[in-house]
Amino acid sequence: MAVVSTTGSTVMNNVEAVRATLYEAMKNDDRTVILGEDVGARGNVFLITKDFIGEFGERRVIDTPIAEASIVGIAVGMAMEGLRPIAEIQFADFIYPSFNQIVGEAAKIRYRSNGEYTCPLVIRTPYGGGVRGALSHSVSIEALFYHVPGLKIVAPAFPADVKGLLNASIDDPDPVLFLEHKKTYRLIKGEVPNGHYTIPLGKANVLKEGSQLTVVSYGLYVHWALEAARSLQDDGVSVEVIDLRSIRPMDKTAILNSVEKTHKLLIVHEDNKFGGIGAEISAMVAEEALFNLDAPIRRLCGPDVPAMGYALPLEEEFMSSPAEMADAMREMVKF
Amino acid sequence: MASTDIARGSLERHGLSDEQLRAIFRNMLLQRQLDNRGFQLNRQGKVPFALGSEGHEALQAGAAMAFDRGKDVLAPYYRDLGLCLGIGLTPYEILLSIFARAADHNGGRQFPNHYSSKAAGLMSFSSILAAHLPHAVGAAYAMKYRGETGRAVLATCGDGTTSEGEWHESMNFAAVHKLPFVMLVENNEWAISTPLAKQMAQPEIWKRAAGYGIPGSRFNGFDPIQTYAAVKEAMDRARSGGGPALIEGTCYRYLAHSTDDNDMTYRTREEVTQRRSQDPVPAFEAVLLEHGIMDAAGIEAMRKDTLRETNEATDAAEAMPYPQPAELYTHVYEGAWQPWQS
Amino acid sequence: MATIIMPQLGETVTEGTVAQWLKNVGDSVDKYEDFVEVSTDKVNAGVPSPVTGTIRELLVKEGETVATGTPIAIIEEVGAGASTSPPPAPATPQAEAAPVSAPPSSNGAAASSDPAAAGSDAALRGASPAVRRLAREHHIDIRALKGTGSNGRVTAEDVMAAARNVTTAAPAHAAPAPGPAAPPPTGRTSTYAQPIPGTIVPLTQARRIIAERMVESRRTAPHAWSMVEIDVTDVWAWRVREKARFERETGYKLTLLPFFIRAVVESLAAFPLMNARFNAGDGATAPSIYVNDEVNIGIAIGLPSNLVVPVVKHADKLSIKGLAAAAGELIDKARKGKLGVDDLAGGTFTVNNNGANGSWASAPIINAGQAGIVTMESVAKKLVVRDDDTIAIRSMMNCCLSLDHRVVDGYVASGFLADVKRRLERMGPQGEL
Repeated sequence: MAVVSTTGSTVMNNVEAVRATLYEAMKNDDRTVILGEDVGARGNVFLITKDFIGEFGERRVIDTPIAEASIVGIAVGMAMEGLRPIAEIQFADFIYPSFNQIVGEAAKIRYRSNGEYTCPLVIRTPYGGGVRGALSHSVSIEALFYHVPGLKIVAPAFPADVKGLLNASIDDPDPVLFLEHKKTYRLIKGEVPNGHYTIPLGKANVLKEGSQLTVVSYGLYVHWALEAARSLQDDGVSVEVIDLRSIRPMDKTAILNSVEKTHKLLIVHEDNKFGGIGAEISAMVAEEALFNLDAPIRRLCGPDVPAMGYALPLEEEFMSSPAEMADAMREMVKF
Repeated sequence: MASTDIARGSLERHGLSDEQLRAIFRNMLLQRQLDNRGFQLNRQGKVPFALGSEGHEALQAGAAMAFDRGKDVLAPYYRDLGLCLGIGLTPYEILLSIFARAADHNGGRQFPNHYSSKAAGLMSFSSILAAHLPHAVGAAYAMKYRGETGRAVLATCGDGTTSEGEWHESMNFAAVHKLPFVMLVENNEWAISTPLAKQMAQPEIWKRAAGYGIPGSRFNGFDPIQTYAAVKEAMDRARSGGGPALIEGTCYRYLAHSTDDNDMTYRTREEVTQRRSQDPVPAFEAVLLEHGIMDAAGIEAMRKDTLRETNEATDAAEAMPYPQPAELYTHVYEGAWQPWQS
Repeated sequence: MATIIMPQLGETVTEGTVAQWLKNVGDSVDKYEDFVEVSTDKVNAGVPSPVTGTIRELLVKEGETVATGTPIAIIEEVGAGASTSPPPAPATPQAEAAPVSAPPSSNGAAASSDPAAAGSDAALRGASPAVRRLAREHHIDIRALKGTGSNGRVTAEDVMAAARNVTTAAPAHAAPAPGPAAPPPTGRTSTYAQPIPGTIVPLTQARRIIAERMVESRRTAPHAWSMVEIDVTDVWAWRVREKARFERETGYKLTLLPFFIRAVVESLAAFPLMNARFNAGDGATAPSIYVNDEVNIGIAIGLPSNLVVPVVKHADKLSIKGLAAAAGELIDKARKGKLGVDDLAGGTFTVNNNGANGSWASAPIINAGQAGIVTMESVAKKLVVRDDDTIAIRSMMNCCLSLDHRVVDGYVASGFLADVKRRLERMGPQGEL
């Protein structure tokens, strides 16, 4: 990999941002190891760790057996014993076998040992659909995990955020689930500042200011929401778009400040509606800002079906388009 | 194997001195005392739960003797009272855990018997069987990664745990990467109410080692010296880069699984009584007496002393305060993170 | 210098013609003295001068027609600094003024479909938390707002727009403190230059609404007034005869009110224009008079700190007994503060039983959205001269009517009143309640 200057910025897409960040982390801290399926010789199925094994050695870039539970469990043990492991689950759809290691073990190590043992662990995984991934290469998993105290979860949508939040996750002394929307890997490009920087967890980003409606989203959909909001500008419809970036912890201040201004809230996410992230946001806003609401909170989310199908009509039916988002925004502003 | 099979006349010590043998015996006595104390406190209504380890005394004392304090790491399970005692946990620390006091290593958060001590190299574990084994393997990887020699991870589990997927995944990974990891299975023939015959088709667990391409062996877990030898051999190999091993110590679980279990619903009193004839504590007492390593007075004094130690620890721990309710909210993360961050 | 403008001599008049100047330039004129004759398509009128002074300029020629509001003359006033505003009109006596706490224009029509029904209680019910809070903070009555949201919903932005308008309105609206704003511009100081000592009584929500409704009603409806005297001797006797049994059977008191309402609803059937309302219309719809099919009689009830007008629905379908029970129930609820929104909605005409304290005349304010309001004054025994010139002692009761002169003229109103009198005088001394 080329040496990049530490001033200025470089245009890259999301997958390049992950790669560049991991590379620097491996270079700068000997305690960092990467483990997962096909991360070594193959360099990860999206080529994120291509050639890492050549540069850092197979001691540090570990091709694990196909055993998701122990990929995470072994990483937990490494973390307890002083390393800074970055475990990869090849697709978020494969994470279920490691559910206990994440929720029952990693999240609880610090708490159950009263702080004597800690678990500074990053679990990275590509999630989300729109890539004809069908039942096992398209799911969103954040709602399964964001409920768990002791875990942190981030889901950046822009390359600059990918780098900043991945660095912050690697530095974090507690387990972080780092979610990468696979459709944004190559689709989303942006300026990424050179040099090392972190973005704090729990801080959303207001992508676009507006006065008539607050739209909260994350991942792929925040790009569609932004596109939809921009398309309404010429009609005089003023929509504020917030990129959550961080799922747990979540930015309360950004959301409440925005709702105080616009009085209306639309939550847009790809994940299933029932019990999704939108449910917690709705509850919080209803609890804390009821008297700022001029319309019922609305959630435009994935349907409550197990997965998007392989057939294109099924995938398209599952996923929301910018046009659908724009319609929802328009309706809410008119209410 | 009956205790009478331990060699008469000459005692194969495997390098253990008299002092070490006496220390092994003291550990066994203390384990039984503390074990029993938990049940006594439960019957007194002072603690809601107790879990016993009678039958494991020789296995755990012998294994503890092979453990290098300050260097090795222990990844035990919840029946390893004697083993944790043997590697350096004090009766006071054990009773703090039983009483769930604030001064307990876990701040009273965990069940009793879920010991943890960074100072002693005792990894924190949960009640989920086999979940600790990938942790142990990861810790072993960290040791090898750093190029450390002279230390290894000793992981233990019962016969039931070997059915878990993560047991297999851990063995496999340790074997692939030739890690300084020893899997000590304490086969006491019962997993709560599940006998060995329902748990596995191949009752000799050590034989699975061949499937992983690693050394495996089996020993008499009622014999502390044989245990010591087996554990030492495996740990020495692991410490010097020789890779992992699967060693199986046979013993028997004399009590029910815990105070929440009634073992008469699934086995007979006759079976338990019959197996009591192999009780390792009186058996090793007889060995020590027979080979003149201790005399009756000394043993009696040791019994009294362990009881004294148990009583003092009980009183000291009981007098300590519970954690404050506000303690519930600490150590979720490092720092004051809330799910909704302002 | 006072500039005199072409007055509006009639509701629909938009222009006027200077028929004849009664003064020339240089003439002096007294305040209230006619100085010009103006003709419109309806009337010829002399216009009195608002000031005492000298005619300086006559801006319009005789025979010339100009729009109302156009300056027609300039008069130099005598005495610098004298007020140029006309004296206030004589205050109309307000005894028990008719309150308008009930929604003014909902006659069962859904608020959502009728933009003119901006003041309906449906708006209150559908108000979002933000709207309620903003309305409370900025003292806006959302029932008076026209909603721009979906289905006519009042939005937060509507409230904020109204709040911004209120703060830029004439200072008279905003001044909370009592006392005159400034001393009169005579150059002499008065002991009453300072505010008169007193106490601020903050308005309750009810008081605020009553104030707003009263102003709105008088501002939009030109009130005219009439009175008749009714011989209630026989109906009174009938009431006395039935009183005890009625109270026993229903638990309610039997007053003259249900008999009166019975007469009123029958007269309303004969004079349906009295059971109507004037629709001012907006940009989209033309003004109109709307005659109600239902006869829902509001009963004005004065409570210690509030005025409520609960409505007896379909009063024309009730017997005297039914009216008495319905009225009794509503009065009872009112006294206990248990009136619901539906009790107050849907009135088409209002009756005010005003005689309790001996009043024999009152000029009530019409409930906005209705064409008239009628009172029962006190009943008193009087000496009357009969048609055959004999003298008798009879129980007499005045009945007053305020009417919206946009909807009805004196012809209909007096006919209505006469009809009420006739019916009431024919009731009793016995009959079927």
